[in-house]
Amino acid sequence: MTAAVFFGCAFIAFGPAFSLFIFTIAKDPLRVIILIAGAFFWLVSLLLSSLVWFIATKATNAQDLTLQKNLLIFGSIFSVILQEVFRFAYYRLLRKANEGLAAISEEDGPPLSVREMAYVAGLGFGIMSGAFSMINTLSDSLGPGTVGMFGDSQYYFITSALMTLALTMLHTFWGVVFFEGCERKRWWVIAVVLCVHLMVFSLSLLNPFYVASILPVYAIMLLMAVWAFFSSGGSLHNITLLWTCKTRLKPI
Amino acid sequence: MGLESSKWAIIFLVCWLYKNVSCNSVEQKIYVELNNTVPCVRLLNATHQIGCQSSISGDTGVIHVLESEADLEWPLSKGPNPPYMVLLESSLFTRSIMMKMKNESNRVAGVAVVVPNTSPPEFSPHTTCPNENTGVYSDNYGPNLAHCNTTVWNPRGNGLSYEEFDFPVFSLKEDNETEFIKQCYLDHNRAVNGSAPQYPLCAMQLFSHMHAVTNTPTCMRRNDINFSINPEMVCDPLGDYNVWGSIRPYNDTVFGHKENESVVIAAARLDSRAFFWEVSTGAEGSVSGFVTLLAAAQALREVTHAAPPTRNILFAFFQGETFDYIGSSRMVYDMENGKFVIDLDNIHSVLEIGQVAVHSGTNLFLHSDPVSRRNNTVNDENLVNNLQSSTAGLGFLLVEPNVSQPLPPSSLQRFLRAQPIPGIVLADHESAFNNRYYESFYDNAANLNLTYPSDLSPEEQLEFVTDTAKSLTDVATVVARALYKQAGGDESLVNTIKADPKIVTQMLYGFLVSSNNSWFQAVMAPELKNILKPSPPEYYVGVAMSSTPTRLVQYLLANLTGAATNLTQSQCQKPDELPNESRQVGVPLDLSVCRWIDVQRITMLTLGVGVAVLFTSLLVTYFISTKADVLFSSTREPASAAY
Repeated sequence: MTAAVFFGCAFIAFGPAFSLFIFTIAKDPLRVIILIAGAFFWLVSLLLSSLVWFIATKATNAQDLTLQKNLLIFGSIFSVILQEVFRFAYYRLLRKANEGLAAISEEDGPPLSVREMAYVAGLGFGIMSGAFSMINTLSDSLGPGTVGMFGDSQYYFITSALMTLALTMLHTFWGVVFFEGCERKRWWVIAVVLCVHLMVFSLSLLNPFYVASILPVYAIMLLMAVWAFFSSGGSLHNITLLWTCKTRLKPI
Repeated sequence: MGLESSKWAIIFLVCWLYKNVSCNSVEQKIYVELNNTVPCVRLLNATHQIGCQSSISGDTGVIHVLESEADLEWPLSKGPNPPYMVLLESSLFTRSIMMKMKNESNRVAGVAVVVPNTSPPEFSPHTTCPNENTGVYSDNYGPNLAHCNTTVWNPRGNGLSYEEFDFPVFSLKEDNETEFIKQCYLDHNRAVNGSAPQYPLCAMQLFSHMHAVTNTPTCMRRNDINFSINPEMVCDPLGDYNVWGSIRPYNDTVFGHKENESVVIAAARLDSRAFFWEVSTGAEGSVSGFVTLLAAAQALREVTHAAPPTRNILFAFFQGETFDYIGSSRMVYDMENGKFVIDLDNIHSVLEIGQVAVHSGTNLFLHSDPVSRRNNTVNDENLVNNLQSSTAGLGFLLVEPNVSQPLPPSSLQRFLRAQPIPGIVLADHESAFNNRYYESFYDNAANLNLTYPSDLSPEEQLEFVTDTAKSLTDVATVVARALYKQAGGDESLVNTIKADPKIVTQMLYGFLVSSNNSWFQAVMAPELKNILKPSPPEYYVGVAMSSTPTRLVQYLLANLTGAATNLTQSQCQKPDELPNESRQVGVPLDLSVCRWIDVQRITMLTLGVGVAVLFTSLLVTYFISTKADVLFSSTREPASAAY
């Protein structure tokens, strides 16, 4: 019976990431490599920050619940900061790698533009973050039971999946915006991305008041989507071009 | 709730890896694990299977707490959310309710029985005529006595232990977890005014999958199929060791008939069973008998050293008697085939101690086999006289039943199957058992009225001589005197034989209250001390090669009868290839309570949203990726530049 919940949640959480992967990443091996490396960078950041949290919890009284909750919040904030640090580190790595790749490539010029790398790196972060958020919950949705015996909301699974979806897309957009900001030396972008990430995290603390947490997160996601679209070279003019189906005039 | 698809298995494997890394709090929101549970397992014999079985991934059902027998209508026909998991109080755990559920087993996912701390007035899941097909009485031997035609030994028996159930049956203790289940039922599952309860509902999942099926020959044949490097055994034979010892030692390498050797066998049984796996305490059913015999053996120690009797006395404790006489039939088989230190012709007579602790009056009874007594050589009045005269000065009498009735279920019947031998079974019941809880989990210390004053520490309780111990001591004294006389000992020394009440009470404490006491620890071998626990040992014969009671009796027999007896370590018997042997399978057990939700609502919503999100994202991504040049034009030269 709850195979339906399992598949539903899996599709919600990973559907867009999966389709992005299929259509934009899978064909180009270089993009796949950058995706995986991005996922790995996110994983390392999570490992380091969870180490800090783990040490903090083991060193303190496990029975004191408010202290543990506060430690969790502190650990998560530290994790957010560390994730952005690692995103920056990945940016530097990719810039260096890009020069090397340009040297050995057959085309003249780098095989991947920074924008493409930004998008792929962001998606890598997003996929890994989504996996870590959701796999645990998905595996529990397979059994015959569901959440609610102790008063939790029945919508636990579907809201977890929606949150994961939002977070995946947000990471992608943050990647685009972040790398663009670093390219143009606009350092305030980094600060804004960090603040938005922290804001999303604090909204998630409002669960299980799902109306108060999910709707604002999706609003932020839409705003970030618009920002990412514009910073990656899109414009309203291009959208109107799309609708009027004007053909491109190639330079002769 | 199938996990059949291999795709799920792969995903689940991945999830399993993640799940096992950390303490899983989502699981704690969904499931509550129940800990103090005991399943009913499947047993096989040559022709049938009995017991309970769940499906391989467990059985799940909506919890229903049964209020009365009429309330069975709800899970069996009226309830709208089958299958149901029925929770029974012990007063409702009756044959009629269980058989009704067995007949509608497609609506019943399983049964959980709450076992209370105080026993009901009577309860016996065994059959009314125990071991009726494997005793001595048959159509050829005393046909009017066979199949309990004259005396029904266990009239309270409801035969539930010998029924086959297709759903799992578990027992729960009366504790917080059970209260939680009942509260969950009252909060969510109760039908208000006859209307159906709304989802989500409280449910329970029981795992007790048994690999053994059909009957013993089939199962043993399946055991022999070895496909892989680690062959999986689907069932194990029930078995253990018998314990025996004699006054004069025998050389354990010399088997077969011994010339001019005449032996009096004193026998008792060691094992017992219950409906649920292993929770058998067998206080009246077996402990009373073998404790009395051990005390008699100890009482005989000095006098047999000082003035050895003419005949040897062999003390035999048989395991597995509940399941068609596994132990005694093995000893008879070995005697017939010259694999034991004596053979059937060496046996002078047999005295067996049956159930002797629950008196219904002051007298005890001497049961014998009327068919073999028609033969004058077997009708040995001496044995009866020796027994009856041994009660002098002890305050009770030994009486023969005044109707001609068969032997009660006893190991002596297996000896008689092979050869007519004079024998007596000593019991506290004249006809039907006095034991109201024969072969059930209520046959415990309370059944023997074994009570200790409340202010004693465990060590003080060990030493305290209870009334039960005093009465069993008297029985042991009688048995010891009778055995000495029967073995041709010196008549003048008979009255010096007295059993020690202190030893009897220590044994009763160790076997019925706590086996981890200072006396048992002193008697047991150091490497075996870890089998001693603060609870009484389980008397189920089991599939391990030697269970706790066997070991304890072995070491106690050696300790109480001194160096003059043969120690039993390497010679003990293994019931291996025997007809009518029962089989049993080791059991994985797991039980959890969970809750689920209506398929129509949130589940379908989730699935629908998921599929919609997936397809939408596929379409949108495809669209954007094909129009990427147009949308993200700054990556290339402006498209509309015309040269």
